[in-house]
Amino acid sequence: MIALSDYLILGAILFSLSLAGIFLNRKNVLILLMCIELMLLAVNMNFVAFSHFRGDVAGQVFVFFILTVAAAEAAIGLAILVVLFRNRRTIDVEELDALKG
Amino acid sequence: MTFEKFLFYLFAAVLVFAATMVITRRNPVHAVLFLVLAFFNAAGLWMLMEAEFLAIALVLVYVGAVMVLFLFVVMMLDIDVAVMRAGFIRYLPLGLLISAAVVLEMFLVVGPKQFGLEHFPAPAPAAAGYANTEVLGQVLYTVYMYPFEIAAVILLVAIIAAIGLTLRRRPETKYQNPSRQVRVRRADRVRLVHMEPEK
Repeated sequence: MIALSDYLILGAILFSLSLAGIFLNRKNVLILLMCIELMLLAVNMNFVAFSHFRGDVAGQVFVFFILTVAAAEAAIGLAILVVLFRNRRTIDVEELDALKG
Repeated sequence: MTFEKFLFYLFAAVLVFAATMVITRRNPVHAVLFLVLAFFNAAGLWMLMEAEFLAIALVLVYVGAVMVLFLFVVMMLDIDVAVMRAGFIRYLPLGLLISAAVVLEMFLVVGPKQFGLEHFPAPAPAAAGYANTEVLGQVLYTVYMYPFEIAAVILLVAIIAAIGLTLRRRPETKYQNPSRQVRVRRADRVRLVHMEPEK
């Protein structure tokens, strides 16, 4: 049988892969957004696994809300990205230094 | 190896492969398509865990809406891929090191020693008449009523924010202003001139 730890380890691998993706593609904002989506998927995987093995449906309700918020976040993030590209003609993170931070 | 276990390892292997491709592909379009593959396999895994409603919702909402949105933006923006790749090799050792450390630590915490089958035995398969959607709906519309409504408000805010951010008025394009059209009076447009008839 498949154990709870199998799902949790799969979630951990997914999360670390998306973390590595944020390090590797630190210039491209688009790939960064995709890595965040992948991270949320790993978190949702853990929620569903715990919900299944504990027999509690609350975990699935939380996944439902996370999906909602993630969809809203992706829509607003992409809108900001489009406006950014329209104004600066680039989505390179290192060139977005207008605030001199 | 049971069929269920075979399915789990198949879905998990393709999921990890697709996630690796997402972060290493040169072309952003390929990255989005591999992300779609990853979401499909995650939906399969959730189906194995008897979370049917969420598996379908993941495919419909994520693959059907969010990923298509990503694809539109990727194809709309004119990105120089070669410039975007600079620094990939430089950050590769650091990224691999940190992700390996995260996996190792997580394995020590959530490994089979703490969350194995002897601590969390696999639940019995659901009965034939069990409907995941019905159970979820009964909780969602009673216990989680207010969070559900707040989620609807969040989506509304996202719609307005996305439209408000990307809407732009170009001064050179001609468009109608309905409020000015409605407010116009006869006196603004028509001028009656009294003329003597010619003999």
